[in-house]
Amino acid sequence: MTVLIGLRTRKPPKVGVVVAGVFLAVLFAAALVPSLFTSLDPLDAEISQALAAPSAAHPFGTDQSGRDVFARVVYGARYSLLVGFGASAIALIVGLIVGLVSGLSPKPVDTVLGKIIVVLMAFPEFLLALLVIAIIGPGETSLVIAISLAAIPAYARVARSQTLVVKGSSYVRSATALGVPRLATIVRHVIPNTLGPLLVMATIGVGTAIVSAAGLSFLGLGPAAPTPEWGVILSEGRNLLDRAPWVAAFPGLVITATVIATSVVGRALRGRS
Amino acid sequence: MSIRVKNLSVRIGSAIVVDGVSFDVAPGECLAIVGESGSGKTMTANALLGLSPGRVTADELLIDGRDARSYRERDWRAVRGRTAALVSQDALVALDPLRRVGAEVAETVEVHGRGMSRAEVGRRVIQSLEQVAVPDAEVRARQYPHELSGGLRQRALIASALAAGPSILIADEPTTALDVTVQAQILALFAHLKRRGLAVLLISHDLAVVGRIADRVAVMKDGAFVETGPTAAVLANPQHEYTQALLAAVPVPKTAAQQSSGQPGGDVVLVATGLSKTYGARAAVTDVSFEVRHGQTMGIVGESGSGKSTVARLLLGLERPDAGTVLLGGSEWSSLTESERRPQRGRIQLIEQDPFGAFDPRWSVARIVGEAVALTEPVTRDRVLELLAQVGLDESHASRRPSQLSGGQRQRVAIARALARRPEILVCDEPVSALDLSIQAQVLSLLGALQRDLGLALVFISHDLGVIAALSDDILVMKDGAVVEHGAADAVLRDPQHAFTRELLAAR
Amino acid sequence: MKTSERPAELVKKRGGLGLRLLGHLGGVLLVVWGAATAGFFALKLVPGDPVEVMLGVQAQVSESVKAGIREDWGLNDPLPVQYFEYLGRLVRGDLGTSYQLREPVVSVITAQLPATLALTGLAIVFALAIALTTALFVRGEWMTRLASSVELVLVSSPSFWIGLLFISFFAYRLHWFPVTSTDGLAALILPALTLALPIAGILSQVLRDGLTRAADQPFALTARARGLGYRGLVARHTLRHAAADGLTLSGYILGTLIGGAVLVETVFGRPGIGRVTLRAVIDRDLPVVLGIIVIVAIAFAIINLLVDLAYVLLDPRLRS
Repeated sequence: MTVLIGLRTRKPPKVGVVVAGVFLAVLFAAALVPSLFTSLDPLDAEISQALAAPSAAHPFGTDQSGRDVFARVVYGARYSLLVGFGASAIALIVGLIVGLVSGLSPKPVDTVLGKIIVVLMAFPEFLLALLVIAIIGPGETSLVIAISLAAIPAYARVARSQTLVVKGSSYVRSATALGVPRLATIVRHVIPNTLGPLLVMATIGVGTAIVSAAGLSFLGLGPAAPTPEWGVILSEGRNLLDRAPWVAAFPGLVITATVIATSVVGRALRGRS
Repeated sequence: MSIRVKNLSVRIGSAIVVDGVSFDVAPGECLAIVGESGSGKTMTANALLGLSPGRVTADELLIDGRDARSYRERDWRAVRGRTAALVSQDALVALDPLRRVGAEVAETVEVHGRGMSRAEVGRRVIQSLEQVAVPDAEVRARQYPHELSGGLRQRALIASALAAGPSILIADEPTTALDVTVQAQILALFAHLKRRGLAVLLISHDLAVVGRIADRVAVMKDGAFVETGPTAAVLANPQHEYTQALLAAVPVPKTAAQQSSGQPGGDVVLVATGLSKTYGARAAVTDVSFEVRHGQTMGIVGESGSGKSTVARLLLGLERPDAGTVLLGGSEWSSLTESERRPQRGRIQLIEQDPFGAFDPRWSVARIVGEAVALTEPVTRDRVLELLAQVGLDESHASRRPSQLSGGQRQRVAIARALARRPEILVCDEPVSALDLSIQAQVLSLLGALQRDLGLALVFISHDLGVIAALSDDILVMKDGAVVEHGAADAVLRDPQHAFTRELLAAR
Repeated sequence: MKTSERPAELVKKRGGLGLRLLGHLGGVLLVVWGAATAGFFALKLVPGDPVEVMLGVQAQVSESVKAGIREDWGLNDPLPVQYFEYLGRLVRGDLGTSYQLREPVVSVITAQLPATLALTGLAIVFALAIALTTALFVRGEWMTRLASSVELVLVSSPSFWIGLLFISFFAYRLHWFPVTSTDGLAALILPALTLALPIAGILSQVLRDGLTRAADQPFALTARARGLGYRGLVARHTLRHAAADGLTLSGYILGTLIGGAVLVETVFGRPGIGRVTLRAVIDRDLPVVLGIIVIVAIAFAIINLLVDLAYVLLDPRLRS
């Protein structure tokens, strides 16, 4: 029995969230206009400069062909962000539709669809992506397709359970009692309240997709070398661990920072919703 | 003196939640601290066990004769359970749901009786359960809290508090989660414990509960005591205006003059005949029939599980009855399909217990009311404001979200939304149960005024017989899905025919 | 809200549990069948002729030999026949024959399984140890914030990158661990730790959150009001509640272990199912891929079954 009189003031976001947001903005800029951040060509091989340790001229050092690692990381941003956002967006939309349809369908249809989702969820996402690549072959577009297909079951499951929660909620019942037509209820109440948690999931999902993409590229299933994709650079770095550990260290650091940034922003969004 | 407190204050951050209260409790005596939510009564109770989340200061804080002001955590742990024990509200969550009842009772013994053997502890557990009149104690001890009824659970909770033989019992809203009839039994138990020499500090918002077992009462508001004294005196002759307001908010039965039942005036607007509904193996509602007239209130009273909410849903056509019919204004209602029903839905509207859940959490008040208006007529800002004014809200509330309003304000918005449809009948399912007493009184008087002004027929559902009596012209008493008594309010209240009705009246 | 006075009925526990178990087994079979079917049809979608894919572009094999292979493998039969043949073999435990290695898929997998099991087993041990230690011993505001930050980094880092860093640092720089050898416990530690860290990160966070949330519940207040201290509260009450929260992660943990095994085995050059899977994907060795799908589905379904049983054991409210 509480007498709640709270004025919800819009609190300014915390420092960490701002930093994360700025980092992501910088990354976006790097993806769109790489030349803003580096004047060097990521494919430009200067053998004389091979395996140079990090310095002012080469902040991330150079690799075995003498290419500037920093430039490669900057140019690689566009691949990772494209796959990350692209795959998450596709998975979100398809998952939302599947989950909505399932949750709003009559019981038998929902049960069948629900079971299918459960079966698909019985697989680790990474493995599913691997299997999709087994079918369609490696490459950059394959990454987007594989990762989004692998992520759809998770989104569909959340969408379905959220739809069921909203469908049974008191405010949907109130809408029925008021006499709001069914379609209007779905559009005005069910969809917006289902979409909310999914968007938060997608923000964090972008980070996961980027890591998956890097992993698949690392295994050789993404774009081929010498594309400056982050996973590709890491696989090159694997053979240089004794001589030039910076080739592997820095791209991984950037990936980690990106995922942290998306997680922080995602959590902040969840807190506000 | 078991408890002696002088000038106790509790600070959380910069807020003073308890502001210099003083009281004492002797063995065999019960002192009740009464107040609404936010008054600081629970904070006071916690401070007596060293469980306060804030800073505690006092001129005197004697627990069982010993000065507790300088106690460290280690000292408090020796006191808790052994000298002073706590009984909270709702044993379903106050007992660990993952542990057996016997284990919970045994825990107190194990904490304070390090050297005891398993067998000895087991005996103590059975003893404690029997002390609080739990039948089949051995069987119950092996069960889990959710397997016991509400009353038995609460007794088990009390048993776990008493297991180490404390001399002080602090009870924080111990009967609030219970049905009225069970409440009476638990209060009798407390009275019995008090007679055996326990010093009881009772925290409650419910003046009726307080009146039954407290010897002295302290009324608390905003962290301070506004009035103290012997219970009978304070309740009969309150001195402070806050106490007077609290007592005035207690619902009073409609006088015969106010009631209009028996008058041929109102037309019949709603008829329920032989309603039955079964969920799986459980019969929620069995053969319920009644009529509701224009401008009058039908009160439906019953405890939890009696089927009253199911009846509400059946009346609104939110569920289909397995047997029986509902006629709205003389024409078919329950047998229609949803699309046939929809155009007529404006004639009968619903107010529920939890107004917060009844609103889309993302919408503003204006939008919520506007959606309802749009179903009846073109939406204008004027109409929305007119509806808000009718329920005592103003323009400043229109742009707020439900989460920014108080419970009473939210319920007003729910009423405004229902009125937007210009209904003939309003079904209210426990609309004031979650509200503080003074707010409750305001909402009830609003409903009464609206009924008079708009000629609304009300179907009012509650577990609280006092509230029902204050509003109803006719009363329907339900138990286990069936109607046990039905008649004019005056008759039912003064001369109840069924044993259950008498029980309900006696428990008040 | 008033709680009902009606006592919950005591269901005959034995009968109820047995029926539930049967339902779960049915679920396992359903999942395995679903996965096998989905995999079968998905692989039929692979463009091109399987025999040519298998033999590769360079193979100089005559058409009649290719036709012979197709006949042997029943690739000329109509689709429904192939499907039921496949299911029939599956029920008998026959996963087919690898295109590339010319061995039964079952033996290919079982040869590599022990290495992966050792890796994942040790990883689970590490993860649990780390998670429990931090959840139980990290208290106080700044320690909690520090732990949260570390957990965030661990969960966000690509596991294979951590593996590379480990190799670079511990193997090459400090020479604590062998770089190339893959035998023995010493060589298992770094890979297992790499696999364990992301799991430890999220598990400790969930456990800590669970302990905190349980400590805010009314029953925790009751327990403290009985005189229980922090250690008693955790041991007797909150740990059990937090464990239930931890169980919800089991699917994620299993997924990370299996997916991560592929990457970690590649990074450290270890034999195991991961490498088998990768090779099969690259070589388009479809029977092996299909076999892995089925095995993983079985593993997942069984683990889910065990987790559901664990839930019921933990929470008596789920039993009636």
